[in-house]
Amino acid sequence: MTDKRATLHSLVNANAQQAAVAVHNVVRNFGRFAALRGVSAEFAPGKLYVLLGENGAGKSTLLRVIAGLLAPTRGTVEVLGSANIRSVAHRFGYMGHAPLLYDELSALENLEYFAALYGIEDRERCRQAIRTVGLDPSLERRVGQYSQGMRQRISLARAIVHGPELLFLDEPFSNVDLRSARQMTELLARMRDAGTTIFVVTHQAALMEPVADECLVLDAGRLIAREQGIPARLLTPYPAAEREEMEAPR
Amino acid sequence: MSASSVTQAPARQSSAPAAPSVWSIAWRTLKKDLRLEWRSKDAINSMLFFALLVVVIFSFGFDPTAEESRRIAGGLLWVAILFATVVALNQTWTRELRNQVLDAYRLSPAPPQSLFIAKTVGNFIFVGILEVLMVPLFVVFYNLRSVGPWWQLLVVAVLATWALVVNGTFFAALSIRTRSREIMLPLILFPISIPALLAMVDATTSILTGDNSPVFWMRLLAVYDLVFTTISLLLFEPVLNAE
Amino acid sequence: MKTLFRLLLAVTVLLLGYGFCQAMYIAPREATMGDVQRIFYYHLPSAWVAFLLFFVNFLASAWYIVRRTDGADALALASAEVGVSFCTIVLITGPIWARPIWGIWWTWDARLTSTLVLWLIYVSYLMLRHYAAGGQVPVLAAALGIFGFLDVPIVYMAIRWFRTQHPQPVIGGGEGSGLDHRMWMAVLWNLLAFSLLAVLFVWTRYNQALEERALEEAHAQAALAEEELR
Repeated sequence: MTDKRATLHSLVNANAQQAAVAVHNVVRNFGRFAALRGVSAEFAPGKLYVLLGENGAGKSTLLRVIAGLLAPTRGTVEVLGSANIRSVAHRFGYMGHAPLLYDELSALENLEYFAALYGIEDRERCRQAIRTVGLDPSLERRVGQYSQGMRQRISLARAIVHGPELLFLDEPFSNVDLRSARQMTELLARMRDAGTTIFVVTHQAALMEPVADECLVLDAGRLIAREQGIPARLLTPYPAAEREEMEAPR
Repeated sequence: MSASSVTQAPARQSSAPAAPSVWSIAWRTLKKDLRLEWRSKDAINSMLFFALLVVVIFSFGFDPTAEESRRIAGGLLWVAILFATVVALNQTWTRELRNQVLDAYRLSPAPPQSLFIAKTVGNFIFVGILEVLMVPLFVVFYNLRSVGPWWQLLVVAVLATWALVVNGTFFAALSIRTRSREIMLPLILFPISIPALLAMVDATTSILTGDNSPVFWMRLLAVYDLVFTTISLLLFEPVLNAE
Repeated sequence: MKTLFRLLLAVTVLLLGYGFCQAMYIAPREATMGDVQRIFYYHLPSAWVAFLLFFVNFLASAWYIVRRTDGADALALASAEVGVSFCTIVLITGPIWARPIWGIWWTWDARLTSTLVLWLIYVSYLMLRHYAAGGQVPVLAAALGIFGFLDVPIVYMAIRWFRTQHPQPVIGGGEGSGLDHRMWMAVLWNLLAFSLLAVLFVWTRYNQALEERALEEAHAQAALAEEELR
């Protein structure tokens, strides 16, 4: 029995030694604008990371590069031990700055379609994902008629419907009221406790403070700080006028 | 909503799901597109109205006798369809740009070819509907009566529509990445489509007048379809992921 | 590299001069067409160079799709631009010759029409390059380059069939039939000269495109240095 447990333990540990995400010297230019200027970091699995930084610091670009939406100009990215990000696509989820949903479909229809892209034909699972983010799956309303905050939640449901091991969230709390945002962070904490590695790009550091394991600060395309938890000096919210993340040029 | 309604996140898949097949994803995507179109009717309405306008304006521009109209109807019909197709093609991809929803497809393990097949078949259906509605209009406005066998017209219509739609869908995906995307599509689509257009117009005219055999043109269209369907499927992935 | 370039430049200038003498003075006056026929010594080499460069564009585009190297993209751009320029010369010199000989500027003859369609395709290629933004230009352009080139044989077949079905009253044709030996020499010398000229142009444009890229990179780096000074 103890033997068994020891083996299991060492197995888990061996697994834990492999980084969930590793980026090495990643550079990304948009024409004459360098969004990322040599970012290197490794991220152990099962933790909740918060990416902070001013507008245009490169947070969203870094997330898009890791998720395989943008190719790095130089440098390498490894996700779940694979340099070919598409080959592990079914193991991670991504919630974008925009909702990534069809306005003309209902929440359930959206989720069923996106789950099908992952090879999952399971309506109950989609309902479950919608309930998870605190919405009613039987709502017939089209997503276009939802409030911004509700759309953000369905967007989160879309990102987790296939049960990813790794989750990337880009500004998940924009236009979400405080109460719902708290519920979302609780959900994220529970997913982290269940072993999911989570990356959150946000301006609202204070919201993530109770649940964050580590925080990383980007400035002008460089990683300038990496700390345990979120230190108090980083909690000052940015002025509302600056809150809209500058869209990375596409 | 209460905090207790927040339940556990969907469980991790015990094993990687069987890789979804190209065709099943294409079928799902096509169904989704048809449903979207049914609810918004963006493409079909603008396309139909545009085509109607073209037919009416053409009939003012030309005032042919029955004999003449047999000779020019093929050209008018296909040019009208070509213009209307461009309207529909632009719609297919702008729909995917709203909310950046195309990113959700790109993030998933679904094969890119499925997306291309679904979009092309979807456009084929839209343009097919357009043709079914427009041909009677042409027959009425231009007093058409085919001298050659009508079933040949059907074959030409299928081959020609696919020729327009397969390149059109590909180039529309290409031009949504450019600055003035609505203008860009015809600029890159029309030059490449010239041989196909020539073939469909001449085939139709040959059948309507019964003067020549349309077989060469039908073969040419088939070759064109084959070449560009293959190359589109091969090149769609890099174009979809171009950033 | 620089000396090779200068050497090539010198040879090309000499050849162009020699080719000019051949075309204007040594080749005999054509019996029926007169001196205007001499434009042919420039018309044909331009056409040859244009077609060759479109083929180069196709190869470079395919190479870019497979390997994603900056060089392949720069070559695709350079060959398309220079190719369109030579194709324009073909389309201008053709009518200048046609007007006195055929009595009309333009006819929808198979060769003319095919060349025009080809020109349209590659102009659309350049427009795409101009209008597309940022890092995706090379991929999109490469895709269009491949499509365009595969279209060429289909265009040619379609238009030939189209023309044979609708015969034109004025197809001169037969330029190649019974050429005088000295005429052949003029053609060949100019062919060689124009080919080298094209290599020279493409080479220059290729380097320039690569340098543009290096400059952008340098700008990105300079912005970085500035911020670090602050």
